[in-house]
Amino acid sequence: MTSTIEAPRSPYTRSAKKRGLNWEKWGWIYMRVSGVVLIVLIFGHLFVNLMLGEGVSALNFAFVAGKLASPFWQTWDVLMLWLALIHGGNGMRTLVNDYATSRISRGILKVAILLSVVSLIVLGTLVVYTFDACPAGSPADLLPAVCSTL
Amino acid sequence: MSTATIANQPVVPEEIQSFTVTLIIRRFNPEVDDEPHWEDFDVQLYPTDRVLDALHKIKWEQDGSLTFRRSCAHGICGSDAMRINGRNRLACKTLMKDLDVTKPIYVEAIKGLPLEKDLIVDMEPFFDSFKAVQPFLVAKSTPVDGKERQQSVAQRARFDDTTKCILCAACTSSCPVFWTDGQYFGPAAIVNAHRFIFDSRDENAAVRLDILNDKEGVWRCRTTFNCTDACPRGIQVTQAIAEVKQAIMRGKA
Repeated sequence: MTSTIEAPRSPYTRSAKKRGLNWEKWGWIYMRVSGVVLIVLIFGHLFVNLMLGEGVSALNFAFVAGKLASPFWQTWDVLMLWLALIHGGNGMRTLVNDYATSRISRGILKVAILLSVVSLIVLGTLVVYTFDACPAGSPADLLPAVCSTL
Repeated sequence: MSTATIANQPVVPEEIQSFTVTLIIRRFNPEVDDEPHWEDFDVQLYPTDRVLDALHKIKWEQDGSLTFRRSCAHGICGSDAMRINGRNRLACKTLMKDLDVTKPIYVEAIKGLPLEKDLIVDMEPFFDSFKAVQPFLVAKSTPVDGKERQQSVAQRARFDDTTKCILCAACTSSCPVFWTDGQYFGPAAIVNAHRFIFDSRDENAAVRLDILNDKEGVWRCRTTFNCTDACPRGIQVTQAIAEVKQAIMRGKA
C-alpha cells in the first residue's frame, strides 16, 4: 500500500478570472489607507480625552455629551467608527479565508462578520447623530445635572 | 640556539576535534506507516561538516532507507531544502559550526506540500504555481537591428535580485499563508514573475500582473518576512512581492 500525506490545506480551487472591480486589491489598499488615518484619529481621540486639560478626571457624562454636541467631534467619531469597524471586519475576513477549511464554515463566518460590522456601524452612527443629553419633556430627576444649567 | 631548534621543528597541524551530534529526523515510509514519526541518530562530525554530510553518514553507514533529495550538494540545484531546527534551509549550506550541537538537531521535510517519503515532498503544486505566472521571456517584436535585445546595466540591475532563484521552495514552504491556503501562488512564483515583469526586454508584464492580481495572488501576502528569512540565495523576497503589488496598483510594470 502506498500513500502520501496530503498537506492540511483548504481544498477550494482558484476561481475563473472575473471582470470588474477587484475587491482583493481595493481591500488591500483600504487596509493601508484606513490604518494610517486611524492612527491619527485614535491617538488624537486618546490625547483629547485623557491628556488635554484636566486629563482623565474630566471624563464624565457631561464631557461626552459636550463632545457629541459638536459637529467636529461627531464627524471625528463617525469616521473613527466606520474606518475601524470595516478595517477590523476586513481583517477578520482575511483570517477566515486563511483558516476556515470548508465552504460552508467560511460562508457562515463571513456572514456573521458582515452582520456584526453592519449592525455596529448602524447603531453607532445613530447614537452619534441622534444623541440628546437633555431630551425635552423628561422628568427633571432623570436628567443629568448639566441640563439645568443649559 | 634554543629558538632555532624550535623553529626547525616540523609544523604539526592542530588536530580538529570531531564531536557526536544527535539528529532527530521526521521519518515517513508510505508503505508501512500511517503517520510520520521522529527517529534519532548519533553521528560523528566535524564543525566544517554540513547537515547534508550528516544525512549522508546516516544513509551510508547506519540506515540506508533514509530518503532525501540532493543533486549538486553545493547550494545551486535547490534539491535539498528542508526544515532544520524549525527553519527552512538548504542541508548543503547549513554548517555544523553554525548550529548548537549540544542539543539535538531536528530535521524534517518542508511544510505545506504533500509528504511522500521521509524528507521528500511532492513539488508539483509548487511548480504548478511557478508555471502559472509564465516564467519565460515573451517578446513578439523584432529587435531593432535584427540581432539582439540590448539592455543597459541599470535595466539589468532592476531585476537582478530575483534572477538568483533556484526554485528550492524554501520560501514558499515557509509562508504561513501557503500552509493553510491551497491556492496562494506563494513567494517563489511571485519572485519569478517579478524577474520577467521588470525585465525591459519582456512584453508580457501586463498579463503576469493580471494573473497575480487574482484573489489568490499578491494580495494574500501578509508581509511576515518568513520567505526573506528562508531564502538560501538571500533574495529580498518580501520586497519583490511589494514591488509587484506597487506595479499592479499603478497598472504597469
